[in-house]
Amino acid sequence: MRSRRAILVEGAGALAVAATPTWAAAQAPDFPFPGGNGARPLTKDFPQKGAMVLQRSRPPMLETPFADFDRGVFTPNDKFFVRWHWSDIPTEIDAKSYRLVVRGQVQNELSLALPDLLQFPRVEIAAVNQCSGNSRGFFEPRVPGGQWGNGAMGNARWAGVRLRDVLEKAGAKPSAVAVRFTGLDKAPVSDGPQFQKSLSLDHARQPEILIAYAMNGAALPLLNGYPIRLVVPGCYSTYWVKMLNDIEVLDAPDDNFWMKTAYLIPDTPHADMKPGQTGVAMVPISRMLPRSFITNLGPGARLKAGARASLRGLAMGGDSGVAKVEVSADGGQSWQAAKLGADEGPYSFRRWTAELTMSGAGEAMLAVRCTNSAGDTQPGQPNWNGSGYMRNVVEQTPVTLV
Amino acid sequence: MGAAAPAFKSLQLEFPPDAASFPDGPNVKIVNQNCLACHSADMVLDQPLLPRATWAAEVAKMRNTYKAPLKDADMPLIVDYLAATHAPPQ
Repeated sequence: MRSRRAILVEGAGALAVAATPTWAAAQAPDFPFPGGNGARPLTKDFPQKGAMVLQRSRPPMLETPFADFDRGVFTPNDKFFVRWHWSDIPTEIDAKSYRLVVRGQVQNELSLALPDLLQFPRVEIAAVNQCSGNSRGFFEPRVPGGQWGNGAMGNARWAGVRLRDVLEKAGAKPSAVAVRFTGLDKAPVSDGPQFQKSLSLDHARQPEILIAYAMNGAALPLLNGYPIRLVVPGCYSTYWVKMLNDIEVLDAPDDNFWMKTAYLIPDTPHADMKPGQTGVAMVPISRMLPRSFITNLGPGARLKAGARASLRGLAMGGDSGVAKVEVSADGGQSWQAAKLGADEGPYSFRRWTAELTMSGAGEAMLAVRCTNSAGDTQPGQPNWNGSGYMRNVVEQTPVTLV
Repeated sequence: MGAAAPAFKSLQLEFPPDAASFPDGPNVKIVNQNCLACHSADMVLDQPLLPRATWAAEVAKMRNTYKAPLKDADMPLIVDYLAATHAPPQ
């Protein structure tokens, strides 16, 4: 029996695959995690959010349905992934009384009302925000934690002011070495460690780091950090503190729980170690790695044998731009270059397109890989660490040729 | 996407209710009483099947690191529930 999909593919002509992804946008996913338990509902119940994959109700963890990544390089605000650590999240923001305090090792303490931010130059940057544990559900052996598919990432054009400009107005003292960021979310238990993240002073002064008050030309959704959040292009989302209300300049490296104990990775290439390996030096997670995805078809797609298939997708360089994207019709034995779309800057998603001739019949394996402008290429073998961080293996998509 | 100054508006929103409890199993009442104070049940139910030792470490982390006020006597009961309902076959 021939599937409707196969008929669609052939009917669309030899060059095309189906115009829409093979996974329907309105369909709840069943992620093919090793060992299973990958079925998740879709929810439209969260404020300012469209249909999202429900990973956790409280504190909210909402994943972008993968079909939405086919819509373009910028992820719509109502589809942008959501992740909070503690459940005590304000549902009410008073724009008049909201203050961002800058204190600690500074010459002048600041208490900035939201309109005060407008005294600083407005800056825009396109940047991918990706959870450290994006794709954790695919780790094998499996590890505890949020069991994300690949949709704990998003790309936006962020607008706001440079952190550097705000720090300069406060005037860091010579004793300053690090800068710690805190938001309004709190633990529901009194002594739970407040979520706080830090950057070295040198890093905090880099010009790409923003205090953002807009994404994709609109206010941030509350669940993405309204009214302001930190944007740290090239670094994992854990540093992008939401509902930012406190900046403390420190005279020593930060040893708070979320820097010293949580969010640590093996100090090895691609944060890779062996299960059970001991004595591995651990360091705070930081820079992102290159990744790439096919977005116009998914696992199980049916393509016409002997015909050319049009593929498209997204790539990111991690902490540098996308230099090259390659696709493979034979599971990564041979590669051909994809065509890159418009360059929105080194920290953005970049669209790629390719046409592949699908020779043979039966099962075939598509693959895509990205090399960033620093020369780092996605590995063919997956990394592993006990926290499920920094997955960036070459993605493989099984298809059937009919 | 203009460069207009942002409008900082006050917001008041609601999160959806989350009343789901844990499915039946040994000591489920104690699990519901303790675990749901800080997070929804799906946080646990969406995990892979994990061995008992891993669940014991997770429960200990909830108390020691995240300061969940778990009583000594309740901790093994919670681990029993997780091992009975969400662990690989022995």
